[in-house]
Amino acid sequence: MPDNQTESGFEIVRREDFSDVTYLLAVRHPMMARAARPGQFVIVMSHPEGERIPLTIADFDAAEGTVTLVIQAVGKTTKEMQQTCTVGTRLHALVGPMGVPTHMGAAKKVVCVGGGLGVAPIYPQARGFKQNGASVIGILGFRTKDLVFWEDRFRAVCDEVILCTDDGSAGMKGFVSDGIRQAIAAHPDIDEVVAIGPPVMMKACAEATRPHGIRTMVSLNPIMVDGTGMCGGCRVKLGDVVKFACVDGPDFDGHLVDFDDLMTRLRRYAEEEKAAVARWSETCRMRALLAAS
Amino acid sequence: MAPKRTIRSIPQQRTPAREQDPAARRGNFEEVTLAYNEAEATLESQRCLVCPEPACTSGCPVGIDIPGFISRISAGDIRGAYDVLARTNLMPAVCGRVCPQENQCEGVCIVGDVLEPVAIGRLERFVGDRAIAGGFARRPYIEPNGLRIGVVGSGPAGMACAADMAKAGCAVTVYEAFHLPGGVLRYGIPDFRLPNSVVDAEIEGLRRLGVRFECNTLVGRLFSIEQMIDELGYHAVFIGTGAGYPAMLGIPGDSLNGVLSANELLTRCNLMRARDFPAVDTPLPLGRHVAVVGAGNTAMDAMRVCLRLGAEQVSCIYRRSRAECPARAEEVHHAEQEGIEFHWLTAPVEVLGDGKGNVRALRCQRMELGEPDRSGRARPVPVPGSEHDIEVDQIVFAIGTNANPIIGQTSGLALDKRGYIAVDETLATSLAGVYAGGDIVTGAATVIEAMGAGRRAARSMKDYLGLSDPSAPSAPGGLFGIPREERNFVRLRIA
Ligand SMILES: Cc1cc2nc3c(=O)[nH]c(=O)nc-3n(C[C@H](O)[C@H](O)[C@H](O)COP(=O)(O)OP(=O)(O)OC[C@H]3O[C@@H](n4cnc5c(N)ncnc54)[C@H](O)[C@@H]3O)c2cc1C
Ligand SMILES: Cc1cc2nc3c(=O)[nH]c(=O)nc-3n(C[C@H](O)[C@H](O)[C@H](O)COP(=O)(O)OP(=O)(O)OC[C@H]3O[C@@H](n4cnc5c(N)ncnc54)[C@H](O)[C@@H]3O)c2cc1C
Ligand code: SF4
Ligand code: SF4
Ligand code: FES
Repeated sequence: MPDNQTESGFEIVRREDFSDVTYLLAVRHPMMARAARPGQFVIVMSHPEGERIPLTIADFDAAEGTVTLVIQAVGKTTKEMQQTCTVGTRLHALVGPMGVPTHMGAAKKVVCVGGGLGVAPIYPQARGFKQNGASVIGILGFRTKDLVFWEDRFRAVCDEVILCTDDGSAGMKGFVSDGIRQAIAAHPDIDEVVAIGPPVMMKACAEATRPHGIRTMVSLNPIMVDGTGMCGGCRVKLGDVVKFACVDGPDFDGHLVDFDDLMTRLRRYAEEEKAAVARWSETCRMRALLAAS
Repeated sequence: MAPKRTIRSIPQQRTPAREQDPAARRGNFEEVTLAYNEAEATLESQRCLVCPEPACTSGCPVGIDIPGFISRISAGDIRGAYDVLARTNLMPAVCGRVCPQENQCEGVCIVGDVLEPVAIGRLERFVGDRAIAGGFARRPYIEPNGLRIGVVGSGPAGMACAADMAKAGCAVTVYEAFHLPGGVLRYGIPDFRLPNSVVDAEIEGLRRLGVRFECNTLVGRLFSIEQMIDELGYHAVFIGTGAGYPAMLGIPGDSLNGVLSANELLTRCNLMRARDFPAVDTPLPLGRHVAVVGAGNTAMDAMRVCLRLGAEQVSCIYRRSRAECPARAEEVHHAEQEGIEFHWLTAPVEVLGDGKGNVRALRCQRMELGEPDRSGRARPVPVPGSEHDIEVDQIVFAIGTNANPIIGQTSGLALDKRGYIAVDETLATSLAGVYAGGDIVTGAATVIEAMGAGRRAARSMKDYLGLSDPSAPSAPGGLFGIPREERNFVRLRIA
């Protein structure tokens, strides 16, 4: 296929490692860098036999012509990419931006909450709200001090940053939902909370704001295949209503989302995922042994 | 000149197509229906009465000159047969395999009044396969006319439109969201019905005409339809993005793990090759006892894929009777041969879970056929007290699709009230220079109808761009360097 991008792929031009499980890839795609808006995502295939995996666009730079992905190595694909995706290599497929951009309404005071890996994708939103003239409170949650990244970036675009760690090794000790309660206590005039992170965390955030009736948007991460609304694999429940996260979302009203359903559905391929990682780790070990001998 | 054939003089039996043994094919993805060889094709071609006013042609959505191509097979002129087909049909190897012939050309063939109809589809496939193997498709010299055409979606509608516009001298780019082109032909219809090698060959044919394919491009989100005209410099745009958006079961328990759409199952299996997991990374959970809800082509494909992936028992749940089943007759027959259990007049009412989020059983209800509904089909009515449970660990639903929302979300195009793109009889949308056709206009239909729509839109585009001006000088070699014979290519008849 000489005339399409699939053959040549999409070049990785920058890489940073935030910790031994979290890494950043900046990929050249000038057209996407211009089109991307906060809240959107891409689907990536690292090689022709690979899986199509969705990743949030953590940042985009139209001048440089790149989109940035921040990835956590959790399973076969993301661990393998951690090894193979070095500067100068190419992703086999990259499609996007997908999903409805985050609606940056007229909110005057906004809380942007990122938990763990969710810290990366919440960044362009915090920046976007700031550019819209809102007052922005950033709440960043990590398990421990060593995992903290981008605190400086948030300080640059937020009026206030609350850093939370589970073990108290940096910032306040507690979960981001505790950070939200603290922010609500200090600022009775919060219009909106936006939260991105693991489903349990987003659920806790929605529960923290529910009693105050503060609009709370969450970004859902169900398993996807096509990302074009064709397969229905990414369906999520909002009360009795079924929506497809790839075309109707990924942002939804956290007070309506059925998180338990989402969490159950995320376990759909648990066995296959476990087998794939085990098999892959074994291959890596064998390769290392061969290389050593 | 051979003596005129009559219904009495022709071979009385339809030439059977050899098939892979049902027991063997349950375990593989090789093609089920084997191609006619030359002798079989010649024999079957002799069953055509070469009617002066052929009924079959009017039964074909694109009006193929059927007696024309069949009589060339009889004469041993396969190349000539292909040329006749190629005038109206871009992909005979595809249509011969997947058209619902019994409702189209073969359904009205005059021979069928007395005997079994002429096997038009199989003959068409025979010629199409020969054309691919022999590289018949010409690479005509096409004089570029400087016009640029953007096509959105690489399914049969987009492919047909792209071919006609390329032949008219336009620079055509086809944008596809997936990493591979072909639409449903690639990700939906499994290899045992339509091998991907056939789809590859057809795509390659388009490339030889100069068509460019840009995969990994989600139009609407990467750039809008309006931007294609205003900024990317396309003189006209065709939208053929298909139907997509599977309808949900809408019964309690339908989000339990183990319940998935046929589109997801088929995409994982065909496009992502999940059947080779773990050699490829995309997983596909294997059900041992699978229920597939629905009885169209998509449902048949899903059932037969499950069998091939190793399911022990596959049941088809359909609320009407076999007579109303919308799938191609051949597929239903093959599915029965392969051991699918059909539960006609049965409707699902609830998915029962195992308490851990997985499917345990499908609760169904028996139906009776009542008064005809608005579509003229007998309406199924539930039989009170007929609930029963079918023990399954996987449920696949194939109960139709809704309009894909992306183009609507991202453009100013007028939609109809069901969300499909609104067009007039020339397939023009509400935006000047933008045309649409195929499933995204009609809702789920057939391959040949989508191709017919792509070609009809191409003809309208040519009118719009001034390419089919009847007063344009018609050089001896033909318009725009296209041989005169090729120009017939645009004369398309839509019922
Ligand atoms: C809209 C969206 C945005 C996302 N953004 C990011 C991001 O910016 N950075 C990031 O690291 N991850 C992100 N994810 C999750 C990411 O897609 C998965 O971590 C990845 O697919 C896991 O693949 P794997 O083979 O490495 O792991 P697997 O072994 O396949 O799975 C490990 C875990 O990831 C979950 N998972 C598996 N496949 C998917 C899938 N296709 N989609 C979602 N979750 C899945 C599983 O439930 C499991 O818990 C996003 C997901 C969605 C839907
Ligand atoms: C499983 C299955 C079996 C079938 N069997 C038969 C059969 O036996 N016989 C028959 O006649 N018909 C059959 N059909 C129906 C037939 O396949 C369709 O009617 C036909 O493919 C429609 O063609 P299309 O070109 O309109 O769309 P599609 O074939 O759906 O192609 C649309 C393409 O556009 C792409 N796309 C969508 N949105 C965008 C976007 N925004 N940007 C870029 N690209 C986009 C999609 O990825 C896709 O590749 C079957 C359908 C299915 C699902
Ligand atoms: S295109 Fe389809 S309907 Fe037309 S003649 Fe061929 S098989 Fe029959
Ligand atoms: S109607 Fe039947 S017999 Fe007559 S031309 Fe068509 S295929 Fe031949
Ligand atoms: S990922 Fe297939 S419909 Fe959303």
